[in-house]
Amino acid sequence: MQKRSIVPIVYILFLMLPIYWLVAMSFKTTNEILSGFSLFPQTFTLENYRVIFTDPSWYWGYINSILYVSINTVISVAVALPAAYAFSRYRFLGDKQLFFWLLTNRMAPAAVFALPFFQLYSAVGLFDTHLAVALAHCLFNIPLAVWILEGFMGGVPKELDETAYVDGYSFPRFFVSIFLPAIKAGVGVAAFFCFMFSWVELLLAKTLTAVEAKPIAATMTKTASSAGYELGLLAAAGTLTIIPGAIVIYFVRNYIAKGFAMGRV
Amino acid sequence: MAKITLSKLRHSYMPNPKSDSDYALKEIDLDWQDGGAYALLGPSGCGKSTLLNIISGLLIPSEGQILFDGKDVTKLPPDQRNIAQVFQFPVIYDTMTVYDNLAFPLRNRGRDEATVERRVMAIAEMLEVTEMLGQKAAGLSPDNKQKISMGRGLVREDVNVVMFDEPLTVIDPHLKWKLRSKLKELHQRVKATMIYVTHDQTEALTFADQVVVMQLGEVVQIGTPVELFERPAHTFVGHFIGSPGMNILPCTYDGAAKIEGHPVALEGPVRGTPTGKTEIGIRPEFVSLTTEGLPATVTKVSDVGRHTVVECNCLGHKVNAVIDEGTAPSKGDQTHLAFRTDQTRLYVDGWLATDPE
Amino acid sequence: MKTENQKAWFFVLPVLLLVAFNALIPMMTVVNYSVQETFGDNVFFWQGLDWFQQILRSDRFHAALGRQFLFTFLILIIEVPLGIAIALSMPRKGFWVPVCLVLMALPMLIPWNVVGAMWNIFTLPDIGLLGYFLNHTLGINYDMTQDPIAAWVTIVTMDVWHWTSLVVLLSYAGLVSIPDAYYQAAKIDGASNWSVFRYIQLPKMKTVLTIAILLRFMDSFNIYTEPFVLTGGGPGNSTTLLSIDLVKIALGQFDLGPAAAMSLIYFAITLLVSWLFYTLMTKDDQN
Repeated sequence: MQKRSIVPIVYILFLMLPIYWLVAMSFKTTNEILSGFSLFPQTFTLENYRVIFTDPSWYWGYINSILYVSINTVISVAVALPAAYAFSRYRFLGDKQLFFWLLTNRMAPAAVFALPFFQLYSAVGLFDTHLAVALAHCLFNIPLAVWILEGFMGGVPKELDETAYVDGYSFPRFFVSIFLPAIKAGVGVAAFFCFMFSWVELLLAKTLTAVEAKPIAATMTKTASSAGYELGLLAAAGTLTIIPGAIVIYFVRNYIAKGFAMGRV
Repeated sequence: MAKITLSKLRHSYMPNPKSDSDYALKEIDLDWQDGGAYALLGPSGCGKSTLLNIISGLLIPSEGQILFDGKDVTKLPPDQRNIAQVFQFPVIYDTMTVYDNLAFPLRNRGRDEATVERRVMAIAEMLEVTEMLGQKAAGLSPDNKQKISMGRGLVREDVNVVMFDEPLTVIDPHLKWKLRSKLKELHQRVKATMIYVTHDQTEALTFADQVVVMQLGEVVQIGTPVELFERPAHTFVGHFIGSPGMNILPCTYDGAAKIEGHPVALEGPVRGTPTGKTEIGIRPEFVSLTTEGLPATVTKVSDVGRHTVVECNCLGHKVNAVIDEGTAPSKGDQTHLAFRTDQTRLYVDGWLATDPE
Repeated sequence: MKTENQKAWFFVLPVLLLVAFNALIPMMTVVNYSVQETFGDNVFFWQGLDWFQQILRSDRFHAALGRQFLFTFLILIIEVPLGIAIALSMPRKGFWVPVCLVLMALPMLIPWNVVGAMWNIFTLPDIGLLGYFLNHTLGINYDMTQDPIAAWVTIVTMDVWHWTSLVVLLSYAGLVSIPDAYYQAAKIDGASNWSVFRYIQLPKMKTVLTIAILLRFMDSFNIYTEPFVLTGGGPGNSTTLLSIDLVKIALGQFDLGPAAAMSLIYFAITLLVSWLFYTLMTKDDQN
């Protein structure tokens, strides 16, 4: 038992090393970084973070990212809820084909869609808006949310629905006040995965934005290439992008292992 | 096959048990005779599963010893004890066929295929699963799955004891009865010691020659079903076995037992001088409605088939009486209760304190 | 049992509209490009299936496809067994479980280009932790901007770092759902550790492992951002995977026709292989 725990410990160390290096870099001065190797920051500095928090082009990147990720999460879960309910409770013409078709969108390489997306969203006048990115991310997040929610809903006995109708509940009232609370863990897990995939995706987000809604991750690549070797700044910006994920993951820590497992293949 | 002895067994799930209540099992001394059919009966959480896991070797007891035919096996792992266990939910290896499931314990022990085949065929025939041998075990019904997990236990000819941990929990009611008689039949054919854990008195009393009743980590009584019914050694046994359970009435004792001042005759002499809480125990089957005796008011009459249960308020205490159909009073009637003397017992602090005349 | 109800379509409608808007219109655009030739100024000529033939015969595509399959094969063969092994050695309950899970999931929540950038910083030959360690402590000549092998080792290691946790989490979810009685019965039956794994743990993990392998296949086959940020496809073309090549053709050279044809071929391959995986892994359940 004790000997076995070596494996996860070594694995977690392996996971933490690159992250540590990123965080350590973010506290170093540019001079120190360029002058050679040092395991710990020799002259600890918050300068890199100060730059990010005072320069609007930096901190707006964060606000933009959080905005479109939140919009996407809300849209994805909201439309996935009724659909997942339909898949878990009813048989209807083409239901299996539709479910499979939804999942195939998870398989489409984002690179395939980059250019057509640019043209599509320019054509409908949404280019460089938060909504454009949020809608584009629906492509892979809605199928995922439907998949996860359907799994959780399948675990709720159908008798719950029937009892509620016998008790005289209307469908919307039943759905909101009885059914939703019964699957709230599932909603949490689905929202978590939508947040995660929208937060980490960059190719589409970058393609669909220019200035107004540009995500933080895109700001990073641009600054790094134009300003040359500002590694400390890059590291600080990177470190800050880990924080929202870490916060969200903390809230769902008890459900995280269950999330995918509940879905059906 | 072996005689199993439990000696001064104690177990606690805590690392440093202090008081008695920290122990899931409190001091158990027991002998299981070779080839006996035993039931371990008690409510949930009484420690019966703990005891079972200690015998099978899944748990090492905090204190005490387990002996198989006088040989200390306390620290031996399960696979070296030659025991078999059937669990509450059927445990089968889904990806294997029924045949491979039954052969698994033998193959793990390196038996040659000829022996394996001979044993598997014999057991399959006994369990009436021969025609399923080629099927994937995953597709079987729960009762057949449970049969296969029994078969995996019985397939080894050297098995010391077969233990059943509430094996009928997931079985449909109409199949429970069939499977139980199958078990009884198997016991007669293979002559292995069997220990059957349950909280259902019917299952325990119909399966076992000897029933061990447990409560709060202690063995309260060991006896045949008849002994448990007629002479419960503890008020808990009286209460737990029988339907309805034994009537337990607080009384005083000063050479003679009195309920609220009314003297009641006991079956025989009382051991020593009772100190502590004294109670009278009498089975509802031995209470009759008469014209003289303890005054009582009928509070409820329920017809349970062949006889009638009459619930009375007797001097402020609830007393059940089982009487034949047709002679039943109606609710609110005033009556008197008589206790059959040779079935009226005195309990001191819960334990039986009278001997028969 | 589910009831037949065609009105259920109304529940599905919003999802259908949103996904169709995002999937069908761009897909039509891609199909449209794939059969035409353009010289700019929005002038298009009908090209038929020429682009498809050209792509399917081109060495460049074959090379990228080969690299893609090699990459996916490598990461699957490392991540799946490693993920299972880690899940097997994790504690089943107690204080450390959520701690382990949170720490393990962390890499999956980092934006993909940050992952690339992080590994870039980590592997810089003279000032990166790993690069410095390899070059100066172990004395191995390591520079992934020069050496294709080093570049490959780095992108594979990065993907293992990034995604093994997904396999761990899924396998772990499968493992904790196995009741204790199975382990106890196996002990009594004298089963070896290998038998326990082969006949109890593996069958119970099958469903989640199917999901894990499918997800890892799809995502690794579509991978773009992380290797692009880390190596840019180089040195030379040595780490130019399918997506990277596709974007080079479409946005770099603005050859829309070939890029579109390639997209469709690419998508078709992903679908086909996913479907094959799925059928193979669930075949046992049908009979």
